[in-house]
Amino acid sequence: MKLSDFFVTGEPAIYAAEVGMALGAAAVIFSLTYFKKWKWLWKEWLTTVDHKKIGIMYIIVAVLMLFRGGVDALMMRTQLALPNQHLLDANHYDGIFTTHGVVMILFMAMPFLFGLINVAVPLQIGARDVAFPLLNAFSFWAMVAGMCLFNISFIIGGSPTAGWTNYFPLAGPEFTKGVGNNYYAMGLQLSGIGTLATAVNFIVTILKMRAPGMTLMKMPMFVWSTLITFIIVLFAFPVLTVALAEVTFDRTFGAHFFTMGSGGSPMLWANLFWIWGHPEVYIVLLPSLGIYADIIATFSGKRLFGYASMVVAMAGIAFFSYFTWVHHFFTMGNTSVVNSFFSISTMIIAIPTGVKLFNEIFTLHKGKIRTTTPMLWSLAFIPTFLIGGVTGVMLSMAAADYQYHNSYFLIAHFHYTLIPAVAYACFAGLHYWYPKMFGYMLNEKLGKITFWLWMVGFNLCFLPQFFVGLDGMARRMYTYEAGLGWTGWNFASTVGAYIMGIGFLVLAWNIVYSIKHGVRDTTGDPWDGRTLDWATPTPVPEYNFAKQPVVSTLDAFAEYKENGTPIYRDEEYKPIHMPNNSAMPFFSAVSMGLAGFGLVWSWWWLAILGGLMMLGCLAWRSFDPDKGHYISVEEIIRTENTRAGGVKR
Amino acid sequence: MLRKLPWKLVLLLSLTSLFLLGGCDTKIAVLDPQGPMAREQYHLIVYSSILMAFVFVVVLGLYLYMVIKYRASRLPADYKPPQIHGHKVLETVWTIIPVLIIIAIAIPTVKANYSVEETPKSMKSEKPLTIYVTSSEWKWIFSYPEQGIETVNYVNIPAGRPINFELTSSGTMASFWIPELGGQKYTMPNMTMRLILAADHPGEYTGRNANFNGEGFAKMDFDVLAQTPKDFNAWVKEVKSRAPQMKKSDYEKLIKKEGLVGRQTYTGTHLKWDKPDEQKSYYEESEKGEKQNHHHHHDMSGMDMGGK
Repeated sequence: MKLSDFFVTGEPAIYAAEVGMALGAAAVIFSLTYFKKWKWLWKEWLTTVDHKKIGIMYIIVAVLMLFRGGVDALMMRTQLALPNQHLLDANHYDGIFTTHGVVMILFMAMPFLFGLINVAVPLQIGARDVAFPLLNAFSFWAMVAGMCLFNISFIIGGSPTAGWTNYFPLAGPEFTKGVGNNYYAMGLQLSGIGTLATAVNFIVTILKMRAPGMTLMKMPMFVWSTLITFIIVLFAFPVLTVALAEVTFDRTFGAHFFTMGSGGSPMLWANLFWIWGHPEVYIVLLPSLGIYADIIATFSGKRLFGYASMVVAMAGIAFFSYFTWVHHFFTMGNTSVVNSFFSISTMIIAIPTGVKLFNEIFTLHKGKIRTTTPMLWSLAFIPTFLIGGVTGVMLSMAAADYQYHNSYFLIAHFHYTLIPAVAYACFAGLHYWYPKMFGYMLNEKLGKITFWLWMVGFNLCFLPQFFVGLDGMARRMYTYEAGLGWTGWNFASTVGAYIMGIGFLVLAWNIVYSIKHGVRDTTGDPWDGRTLDWATPTPVPEYNFAKQPVVSTLDAFAEYKENGTPIYRDEEYKPIHMPNNSAMPFFSAVSMGLAGFGLVWSWWWLAILGGLMMLGCLAWRSFDPDKGHYISVEEIIRTENTRAGGVKR
Repeated sequence: MLRKLPWKLVLLLSLTSLFLLGGCDTKIAVLDPQGPMAREQYHLIVYSSILMAFVFVVVLGLYLYMVIKYRASRLPADYKPPQIHGHKVLETVWTIIPVLIIIAIAIPTVKANYSVEETPKSMKSEKPLTIYVTSSEWKWIFSYPEQGIETVNYVNIPAGRPINFELTSSGTMASFWIPELGGQKYTMPNMTMRLILAADHPGEYTGRNANFNGEGFAKMDFDVLAQTPKDFNAWVKEVKSRAPQMKKSDYEKLIKKEGLVGRQTYTGTHLKWDKPDEQKSYYEESEKGEKQNHHHHHDMSGMDMGGK
C-alpha cells in the first residue's frame, strides 16, 4: 500500500490539524514527564474505578470533542457564508459534516451527559459507587477506543463521508471506496458497547443501591431521567450494534445486507438506523430534562411542580419514541397509511414534552429565582426548545414534510431541539456540579458572557436556516449558486456561528482561569442545593458518604436544612468497603482499538491479535480474586475532619 | 439584570436584523406555490405555523411572566417560596389542550397524506403525463414513454396537467424535489415510486436533489420548464425531428459516468432496455433470484411503491 493511501494527503487544513495534534500530544507528554506525573496519571486516572473520576474523564473528552465538532461547524459555515466558495472542496466538506454529526451526538453529547450522570447520580441516591465500578471504567474506555478510532480517520485513511446517517447505497463499497465508512462502523460499534454496559450498570445501581427510605418517587428527577434513559438505551442500542455489524459485513466481507443488488435493501439500513436513531435523540434529551428539573427546582427554592406527572411524562416520551422512526424518511415511498400512523405517533410525543415544560414553568411560579449561570442555561432551554418542538410538530405532518425534508428547515429544527436540549444542559450541569467535581466554582461573570454570546449567536445562526430551507436549500450542500437569494441567510447564519465560537472560547478561558481564581467551595453546598449530592464534603471523599444516608422525603437535603430531618443513620463509623483500581478497562480499550483498526483496514492479523488481547483481558478479570479494600475508621475520621462542608454528624 | 437589558437588547436586535439580509426581493420557494400539490402543502404549513405560533406565544407569555415576576432581586430577602406539589386541575388542562391541538393538526395532516398521492382535484379531468425519472451520479434522466423522447438535466412539462413522475435510480438514493411545484420523493434502485406534481401555469423552476449522494450532490440540480400544452407539443415535435436517437451506449455512458454532463436531449428512451415494471411485489422479485450487476446494468423490474 502506498503511504498516500494510508495517510490523507494534499489537504493543507488536515496537515495543519496533524501538526496541531502532534504539538498538543508533545506538550502533554512533556508536561507529564517534567512534573513527574506518569505514575499519578496511571494510578489516579487511567486505572480508576471511582465514578466521580470517570465522570470527570468523560467530561474532559466531551469538551475536547465539542471543540472538534465546533471547528467542523465553523469550517462548514465559513465555506457557506458566500456562494461558490472554494475553501473546502466537496469531498472534504462531506467528511466534515459527517464528522460533525457523529462527533457531536456520539462523542460529545453522550459522554458529557454520561459524565454528569457518573458524577452526580450515585451521590444523589446516597450510594458509595455504582453497582459495577470496573464495568463503569470499561464503559468509559470503550467509548474512548471508539472515539480515537473515529477521530484518527481524517488523518489515516480518510474520514467517513456518507453523513452521520450513513445511508446506503452511497455508504456501501460500490459507491464509497476506501476505508472511511469502515471507521464509522467500527468507531460507533466500540462506543456503543460502552454505552450498553453503562446502561446495565446504572439501571442496577438506581434500582438496587438507593439510600434506605428513598423510594422511586422520592428520587431526584435527574435520577429518574437517568433510569428511563438507560432503559431506552437497552432497547435501542442493540439495533445499532446489529446494523453496524451488517455494515461491516457489507463493506469488509462482501455481504449484501444493504447493497444495491443481490437481494440487498438500502431501505433496510434506513429503517434500522432510525429505529435506533430516534430513541437516541431521547437518550440525549432525557438526562438533560433531569438536569433542568433539578436546577430549576434548586434555583427557584421550590420543589419540582408536578413530580409524578414529570415521571409519567418521561416514561411516555420514552415509550412513544419507539413508534416514530419512519418520520425520518416520510419521503421514502411509504404508503399514506404508514405515513399517517407515524405522523400521529410523532405528534403524540409533543404532549408529554409540553407537560414537562409547563411543570418547569410552574416550578418557577411563586419561586425565588436566582439567575446563576446554571439557571440561565436552564431558563434559556424553555423558549428555545419550544421553537424546536413546534417546528417538529410541523415536520411531523408528512405531506408538508415532503417540502421540509432534508432541507435547512430540518437542520434548523434539530439544532433548535438538540442544542437547547443537550448543549445548554451540559453547560448548566457543568457549572452546577463543577464545585462538586473540583472543589471550586467556575467564574460567574465569564459564565454569563458565554451564555449571552450563545443566546445571540445560536439564534442568529439557526433562525435564518428555517427560511433558506423553505427557499429550497438542501442540507449537506457544500456550496450554492449565487443569485438564488440564499446568500443573506447563509451569511447571517455564519456570523451567528462565529459568535457561538467566541462563546466557547470564553468558556475554555473560564475553565483555565478558574483553576487559580475560581471561588473555593468551603461548604460543600455552594448553591443551597436540595439533593443528597450537596450533602457531601468538598472535595468528595473516595467513599462519598462516611455514614449511610437515609431519607424520608423528596429533596431530602432541603428537608434537612429546613426542618432538621436527619439524613444520616445515627451510628458509629464502620470500615468502608471500596473497589480496587484496575488496568483491565484501559487494556480492553487498547485491545478493542487495535481490533477495530484491523477490521477497518482488513488487516486480519491485527484484528485477530486485538480480539485475542480482549479475550485475555476478560479472562484476567474473570479469574481475578480481587476483593477490593477497606477504608479504616481512622482514615474516615481524618478525611471528614480535614474537608470543608458535609453534614454535621 | 434589568439595568443590563437595554444594551443587550440593542445588540440582539442589531444582530438579528442581519438575518433580514436574506429574502428581500426573491420569494421563498415553498411559500410561493405554483401548483396544486405545493399549494396544499403551503396551506398545511401556514395552518400549522399559526397554531404553533399560538402555542409559542402562550407558553412564552407564561414563562416571561414567571421569570420576571419571581426574580429573586425583585423579592424581599426573607421571602420563602411555598413548596407546591402540583395542581390536579391545571395539570389536566395543560394535558388536554395539547391533545386537542394535536387532533386539530392530525386531521388535515392525514387528509393531506392521502391527497398528496392522488391526482389533484382541480385536474381530475386531465389525462396525466407519465415521465420516468432516473437519478444517476450526478444527473437526472427524464424519459417520456408516450412521446418517445428523453432529456438529461432538464424537464419540460405541460402546465395544467398532472404529471406522474415515476422515480427510480441507477445507483445511489437521491431525492427528486421541485419546491415550487410540490414535495419530494426518494429515488431508489430496482424500484419505481410515483410522485404526482403539476404546474398551474407556465413558468421556469429549478429542481434539485435533496438527498446527499456523494461528491457531485450539490450540483445535481435540473431545470423545469412548465409550458402551455401547445408549446409543449411543439417542443416534443422539435425534439423528435432534431435530437439524436438514443443508443444503448449513450445510456450506459450516462449512468456509468460519474460526472456532471449538462443538458442533453434524445429521441427514443432507455426504457426499452431498462423499463421498471409496475406493481411487482418485492418477494416475487427476490424469489426469481435476479442477479443484479453492480451499478450499471439494471433489470429494473422493481416495485411500484407509490400511492395508497
